[in-house]
Amino acid sequence: MRLEAGLRVRVDPVACDAFGYCAELLPERVTLDEWGYPVVDGTPVGPELVEFATRAAAECPRRAVLLERVAGRH
Amino acid sequence: MTTSTLQAVQRLLHTGPGGPTDPGLADHLALHGPVAIPTGADPAWSEVLRAEVAASGLAGRGGGGFPAAAKWDSVLRSNRRPVVVVNAMEGEPASAKDRALLAWSPHLVLDGAELVAALSGARSVVVCVADDRDDSARAVQRAVTERRRAGSCRSLTVSRPPARYVTGEESALVSWLERDDARPALRIDKSVPLRVGRRPVLLHNAETLAQVALIARHGAAWFRQLGTDDAPGTTLVTVSGAVRIPGVVEVELGTPVDDVVQRCGPTGTLSGYLLGGYGGAWLAPELGSTPLASAPLARAGATLGVGIVVALPTTSCGIAETARIARWMAGESAGQCGPCVFGLPAIANDLELLAVGRSDADVLARIDERSRSVVGRGACRHPDGVARMVRSALQVFAADAAAHAAGRPCDGRRQPSVLTFPAEPALTGGAS
Repeated sequence: MRLEAGLRVRVDPVACDAFGYCAELLPERVTLDEWGYPVVDGTPVGPELVEFATRAAAECPRRAVLLERVAGRH
Repeated sequence: MTTSTLQAVQRLLHTGPGGPTDPGLADHLALHGPVAIPTGADPAWSEVLRAEVAASGLAGRGGGGFPAAAKWDSVLRSNRRPVVVVNAMEGEPASAKDRALLAWSPHLVLDGAELVAALSGARSVVVCVADDRDDSARAVQRAVTERRRAGSCRSLTVSRPPARYVTGEESALVSWLERDDARPALRIDKSVPLRVGRRPVLLHNAETLAQVALIARHGAAWFRQLGTDDAPGTTLVTVSGAVRIPGVVEVELGTPVDDVVQRCGPTGTLSGYLLGGYGGAWLAPELGSTPLASAPLARAGATLGVGIVVALPTTSCGIAETARIARWMAGESAGQCGPCVFGLPAIANDLELLAVGRSDADVLARIDERSRSVVGRGACRHPDGVARMVRSALQVFAADAAAHAAGRPCDGRRQPSVLTFPAEPALTGGAS
């Protein structure tokens, strides 16, 4: 069986300044805590969410959203 | 803190009658015997020492508890000479073992550091001692000077990072050596060694290196004569709180927590033990027979940490003491990560209100929820440790917590704290 690569979202907590764009762009994986800092679900995202995960990383003003390539479920 | 003379085993610390009075090189060699440290590359010798330390089952004594020899593998694969870093920062306020080791056996620590340097091809060793520990730094410096005169071919230096709780965290210490900024860094992949310049770092706690020095002399089988199969050897434990003789004792791993405290003369009845440190966990007195070793303590919801046991007397309030620790630990955050910067003070506020019986009905659920929320969301594990300590308090002192939450605080909060803090925080009642 060939495993396709998935993407896992991580946040660099040192860089993060709680702008919260990641939670708007990828609510399937990112919610915000009571202070506006992201709480990330580390389940790899499938192809249907790759575009939003990529945008969440690209649009973070602090470049704090990291995407890790992992062996996916798809 | 004084060093207790009530010791059943004396491998690392020979402080009782008959022990040396001078921790100089001559006394050190008379007590422990010489150890051969090759000056150049000696692959056969390196492999023997590596195998012996691996067979000894020595686990790191700095809180992580990982096999010491496993730490060498990724660095030995690198084709660059590493630098050996001795972590004697001892940021845990209730710990005095690094201080005791450097006062009584600095050469044992330096033997271990030079052995690891020889094994890994490192030419330099940096001993990190906090900038408020002048006595320890002087002891190391004196030992270093003696070794230079005796012909040590390696560069042995002492570095003085700022005395803060998180400075002893591995990545913070490396960041200090690299760029004078003693804050933890996010490590994306922990299998990649930390580096100073281009050199991979081999970092060990001071006690771990002292144990390596003994294993190099006496072998793995000797090391395993004490302790348990899963947790071999002895370890240094700092006992404080409601005891007559607070201080550092050397015990076999697997010794019941009750027995460790017994050696230091507990005063009165106890309502709990703080295990591991301020980022450790509370242990109920009914679980005092738990062996002092990583796995049994983990099953009991506690942790060995850096070998700290604080005995809490029934006259104290466990909630108030927990609030004091949480407040101090919140102040020790490096201030980099949101969950730590905002979460820890919020938890401390609620604990302070709980201690004085002025909290709202949701306080326990809120403390529990925030303590779960901060875990794993910092660059380092500072918030994780505080969260574990706080959640263990809500379990061990559950009846007290419920009474306090219902507006019935106890008088224990007015007792002086049994805890040690570099600067004593006042119990403010949650003003913030």
